[in-house]
Amino acid sequence: MVNIAHFDALPTPRPRGGGIGSKAKLALVDALMAEEEARPCAVVALRWLVRHVGVERAVCAVVDNENGRLSGLTGIGVTLASVDGFGLDLADRTHPLVVALSGGEPVAFHDSSQPLLRALETPLGNLSFHAVPLGSSQEEVGPGLLLLTGFEDGPVPDDVLWAARQLGVRLASLWYRRAQAEERRHKRERSWLFSIINNVTDPILLTDADGRILVANAGAEMLLTAGEDKREGWRRAVALNNMLFSASLFTNTAESGPTRRELLLVDPSEGRDLLFEVLSTPVVIRMSEVGVVSVLRNVTDLRRATEEIEENYRRLRVAEAATRAERDRLDLILNSVLDPILVTDPAGNIVRMNPPAERMFTFVGGKRSLETERRVRTNDAVFTSFVSSLYAGQTRRWRRKLSLIDPQSGAAVPFEAISGKVVSKHGEETAVVTILHDLTEAEEKARLYEQVKRHSDELREKVREATAELAEQNELLRRQAFQLEQASAAKSQFLANVSHELRTPLNAIMGYTHLLLEGVSGDLSTPQQDKMTRIDANARHLLAVINDLLDISRIESGKMPIQIERVLLPELIDEVMTEVEPVIAGTRLAVTRALAPKLPEIRTDRQKVKQIVLNLLSNALKFTPQGSVAIRLEHDAGTDEISIAVTDTGIGIAEENQKTIFEAFEQANSSYARRQGGTGLGLSICRRLAQLLEGRIVLVSRLGEGSTFTLYLPCKPRTA
Amino acid sequence: MSGDAAIAPLVLVVDDVDHGREIFAEYLEFRGFRVATAADGLEALDKAFELLPDIILMDLSLPGIDGWEATRRLKQDDRTRDIPIIALTAHALAAAHDKAREVGCNAVVTKPCLPKDLEQEVRRQLEARAT
Repeated sequence: MVNIAHFDALPTPRPRGGGIGSKAKLALVDALMAEEEARPCAVVALRWLVRHVGVERAVCAVVDNENGRLSGLTGIGVTLASVDGFGLDLADRTHPLVVALSGGEPVAFHDSSQPLLRALETPLGNLSFHAVPLGSSQEEVGPGLLLLTGFEDGPVPDDVLWAARQLGVRLASLWYRRAQAEERRHKRERSWLFSIINNVTDPILLTDADGRILVANAGAEMLLTAGEDKREGWRRAVALNNMLFSASLFTNTAESGPTRRELLLVDPSEGRDLLFEVLSTPVVIRMSEVGVVSVLRNVTDLRRATEEIEENYRRLRVAEAATRAERDRLDLILNSVLDPILVTDPAGNIVRMNPPAERMFTFVGGKRSLETERRVRTNDAVFTSFVSSLYAGQTRRWRRKLSLIDPQSGAAVPFEAISGKVVSKHGEETAVVTILHDLTEAEEKARLYEQVKRHSDELREKVREATAELAEQNELLRRQAFQLEQASAAKSQFLANVSHELRTPLNAIMGYTHLLLEGVSGDLSTPQQDKMTRIDANARHLLAVINDLLDISRIESGKMPIQIERVLLPELIDEVMTEVEPVIAGTRLAVTRALAPKLPEIRTDRQKVKQIVLNLLSNALKFTPQGSVAIRLEHDAGTDEISIAVTDTGIGIAEENQKTIFEAFEQANSSYARRQGGTGLGLSICRRLAQLLEGRIVLVSRLGEGSTFTLYLPCKPRTA
Repeated sequence: MSGDAAIAPLVLVVDDVDHGREIFAEYLEFRGFRVATAADGLEALDKAFELLPDIILMDLSLPGIDGWEATRRLKQDDRTRDIPIIALTAHALAAAHDKAREVGCNAVVTKPCLPKDLEQEVRRQLEARAT
């Protein structure tokens, strides 16, 4: 091992002459191999040269590739400061030392060219020296240059060249290893750097001036690169992202320095939109080329959160506005109520009033004087005591009469105060709302009402008296009605009895007459027979009268039974015709009948209709000395009525008699009628029977020309 | 009871009024019927059970047992149940007639009634019974 100490101390030079033994050379090689750094190697070599070859002073300069310079490394026989200060630019290709470095051969710089030596500014000053390139090969530029003194008068010995080669090889080897170590370190640092960049979740990119991606971390690759294995949608999203990103890059080229912008990209894996904030910073890459580092920060969620906050804020504003509007409306409502409204806090202080309340409890809108102040204070005291009694109590609502004074006019105003506690959700009493209702009008109304009521009571008393009297009268009437009813019943019974008692002897008269006429007791002479026939006719008349009287009695007492059934009118008319056939045969009258086609069925009492028609027809036959009698049946679809008209060309009825003809025992021409055997009750009964059947009988007649009696009957009586 | 065509039908005429009985009895005999008479309800019942007539003409207003009651009893007795009874009355009101039909009268004829009309009703009832 060689001790490396002070290089500025000049070692004892070794006398020149003869070759150097292989032992010394081996020692140099060993020493060089033992050193791992450039400078000690150079020291070892320089020392060896001084000791074994006769070098006096020496400087070793080496190529600094990074800076493109030749710099002093160490020296012997020179100051360290001069070594450190020595250096020249390799780009200066005409510099004698640069030429020497690349020449491959030792170059002598002699004392004769003093200005040149000074200009070279080597640590050797103006001493003559030889510049010996380090390294073996002549073709390439060696790792450095030795500047040696001591061979002014001759060529550089081979041993120097050998040593320079050894040092050059060694230095080259050391540099190579160092470069490798450096390379490894760089690689390691690069990989750290990449792993750091990759582990940053935000996409980071480095792009060149043309926008080509030079470096991208995993996050950026996910967005902007897609392998062949990715599905179509993914690749399309990536292509789109690239376009968007490139476009965004170039919109910012005009600006220098870091820029910040927003960029919307697509998440290729899910397809949803992602919002990024892109921070781009221009950086120098490779000499003068400028690229851009872009950091993309995903602000999608941030944006959403921001939007939510904005939305919430907006809602809050709306709610606030609504609340304000609500309060304004409440104020409006309160102010529009004509009754005073007051809100008091639990301490009894009035916290809110509407204008009518202000009129009673403040001086607003009125004059302020001792008088009005006193009244306001009085009102306040009355109201406060009312409200405090409410706070003290358990009830939530309170109603009481309060007597206040109008502060301005001084008039006493009766109020009804209705209060309600306002209770919060937590059961806390927060306020009392009181509405004062002016009772002035109500009291006036009550007074008037009392008056009206008094009059009304008087009236009611009078009505009651009148009603009682009326009831008494009613009772009297009822009793009379009862008596009348009894009398009527007695009359009916009486008539029934009379009828019975009359019929019995009549039966004997008619029976015996019949026996005699039938010849039971032997034949009668013609005069006898005539007289018996007269008896028979009169007996029959008497019977007819009795029957008619009984009918009238039954109709009047409402005891005439009515049996509604389906009646075929053509049949009924046939029967009637059959019964009057003997009568017709005794006259020379033309009797015709005309029945409208398609007469409907009718619901009525068959016997009663028959009795009426028989009666009308009998009358027509009786009171028509000559001419004709016609029966005509028609149906009026409009009124759904049947009409049975009996028309004769008989004696007719004077207009003045037409109204009374239907009364009992009224016959237009009594003597004539009696001659014809009428009872005088027939038409009266017919009209009453028609009424019982919900029908009517209409008479059209002209004295001396004839009469038409028409019976109208409903096809469907209501009682059916 | 005579089912023999050679023997004339026996008619029991019940009436409390002499001439009432006499007129119908005389006429019916004149017309070829056999006639028995009764002047009140009790006698009518006795005669009916004794003679078992072919038909009975029953006045309704009778002293003692009246015509309605007599009819009711006859119509309740097996022996006389099938004998037609024609009520013969001077009552003209429906109520009296209805009551007669209720107690079992086969027909009601109102007096005054011509003897020949009565004979017609008698023959009608006898024919109805024969069929």
